[in-house]
Amino acid sequence: MTSAERKPILLDFEKPLTELETRISQIRELAEENDVDVSDQIRQLEARAVQLRKEIFSSLSPSQRLQVARHPRRPSTLDYIQAISDEWMELHGDRCGFDDPAVVGGVAYLAGQPVVMLGQQKGRDTKDNILRNFGMASPGGYRKAIRLMEHADRFSMPILTFIDTPAAWPGLDAEQFGQGEAIAYNLREMFHFDVPIICTVIGEGGSGGALGIGVGDRLLMMEHSIYSVAPPEACAAILWRDSSRATQAAEALKITAPDLKQLGIIDEILPEPVGGAHSDPLQATEILRKALLRHLEELNQMTGQQRRELRYQKFRKIGFFAEMSA
Amino acid sequence: MSLFDWFANRRKTGPIGKERQEREIADGLWTKCESCSVLTYTKDLRANQMVCLDCGHHLRVFSDERIRQLADANTWTPIDEALKSMDPLKFRDRKTYSDRLREMQEKTGLIDAVQTGIAKLESLPIALGVMDFRFMGGSMGSVVGEKLTRLIERGTRERLPVIIVCASGGARMQEGMLSLMQMAKISGALSRHQEARLLYIPVLTHPTTGGVTASFAMLGDIILAEPKATIGFAGRRVVEQTLREKLPEGFQSAEYLLQHGFVDAIVPRTQLKKTLAQLIRLHQPAAQSSRFGVHVAEMAPTPPRHLGGPKTELV
Ligand SMILES: [Zn+2]
Repeated sequence: MTSAERKPILLDFEKPLTELETRISQIRELAEENDVDVSDQIRQLEARAVQLRKEIFSSLSPSQRLQVARHPRRPSTLDYIQAISDEWMELHGDRCGFDDPAVVGGVAYLAGQPVVMLGQQKGRDTKDNILRNFGMASPGGYRKAIRLMEHADRFSMPILTFIDTPAAWPGLDAEQFGQGEAIAYNLREMFHFDVPIICTVIGEGGSGGALGIGVGDRLLMMEHSIYSVAPPEACAAILWRDSSRATQAAEALKITAPDLKQLGIIDEILPEPVGGAHSDPLQATEILRKALLRHLEELNQMTGQQRRELRYQKFRKIGFFAEMSA
Repeated sequence: MSLFDWFANRRKTGPIGKERQEREIADGLWTKCESCSVLTYTKDLRANQMVCLDCGHHLRVFSDERIRQLADANTWTPIDEALKSMDPLKFRDRKTYSDRLREMQEKTGLIDAVQTGIAKLESLPIALGVMDFRFMGGSMGSVVGEKLTRLIERGTRERLPVIIVCASGGARMQEGMLSLMQMAKISGALSRHQEARLLYIPVLTHPTTGGVTASFAMLGDIILAEPKATIGFAGRRVVEQTLREKLPEGFQSAEYLLQHGFVDAIVPRTQLKKTLAQLIRLHQPAAQSSRFGVHVAEMAPTPPRHLGGPKTELV
């Protein structure tokens, strides 16, 4: 994940923090050169930096959260799968002629329990991103995902999905091979499975492309991840006829974890380390692992029938409408 | 009176002035085909289910008209008419969502973008949902999701086949994630209808796109489409942006989907009711239907009917 020699990538709203940190190191250098003790001063400034980071990250606007969710260093599905599983083996292919690199998955042990884990995979650098199509799955990706989930159900293994995609791939090939059918099929089939299903939005949850692996008994969101009916840029282009109004669209669409908790769409918000998951991937991994184990333990105690009923009712009650008396 | 006779009679009364003709288009007496531009007397066009008598083009049909076409006379019983959209996000783009809803309700006389009910189709009881593109582009918000879910659940309870006539631009953005989740909710209801081994047939009409395509439109046991309907997941312009070339001819048309294996048959509107009835009968348990009296309709689109009568030579 992050290493000392990699320069951090800072977001524009982190600027005051960067300035403060630069000042701390300058003072430290000066003090060393002139052999004066400034440890008190430095301690104060460092405390101020911690405080400032906390303040910044506890009051992020929706569009700032979107930037954190899309941060190039944000831990990806493979990062989490590798870090939380005891052992894992990646499995490939949709058995219809494709192996979409934008969706990864396989069998694993999680705290000794066999599970199937899968999710959309964004690239870790530019070259990887091109290979992974920026995490935008093709129909073959959704078919690979459902094939792995059917496998899980057959062998009674819980399914853990990780959502991180801007959208389903909107290409000519995707339309030709039935992007709509592939997603639709997953939506229905995920209601049939007996095994526990936990879906976690780890970064960006973009529209039907995210939902295509998102029907579960539990829907969790990392604190700074987002989940949106359409990419805010696309929404701005459609509703305001101006894609530069994305900030406004991000506000209006209610895409943050707290908003979605309030609307009754998600079950739990997983706190992130101060500064976002990318600032401390190990801690983020531990938070995720513990939450998954806790939910699994609850779900494991139910019967398949109970879980299917729970899953059905969970989605059944989503929506706001008035029912006028006749 | 056939169209031919009508024209013959009409001719006797002398040519119609251009002004009068324009006035009559505005009054809805005449309708101009958007494909061949031929003018047809609206009454005759309606009698032909809004399929152009000259070129076979399928003009838009909205929910009331569609229900009249599919349900046997006096058998339509609407359900859940009292469901009304709210504005849970307090959404505002160029207008507030509440204002938009009110305007749409006034303009269309509809409460939201789908009508659902129980009806008989050639005496066969069905659960029928008809989307209406006039109401915010047929977009799917909480009300559309809830009404379709209740319709499917009722179909499952009463062991009825479900028919949904799709016409939608997809999710209703003004309801944000609540609208996306309706895709899952409806698909869940369909999973139970499927487990009960009941028949579901979506009819894809122009246009069926976005989240509707990526959920109930593509989940039929049998999927029918109207000729030349636009059907797809991603918007045409978005797909174009991912390419450096022009999209192929007929991209995202019903015919394109048939060719790629995503719809079972393209059925002209004039054949739709008959085809649905035949399919429903064929899928009923053997005990209930005569197994040999069934003839499945010709599945290939029939060529446009040409009446041979005078075209609209209106001066
Ligand atoms: Zn015509």
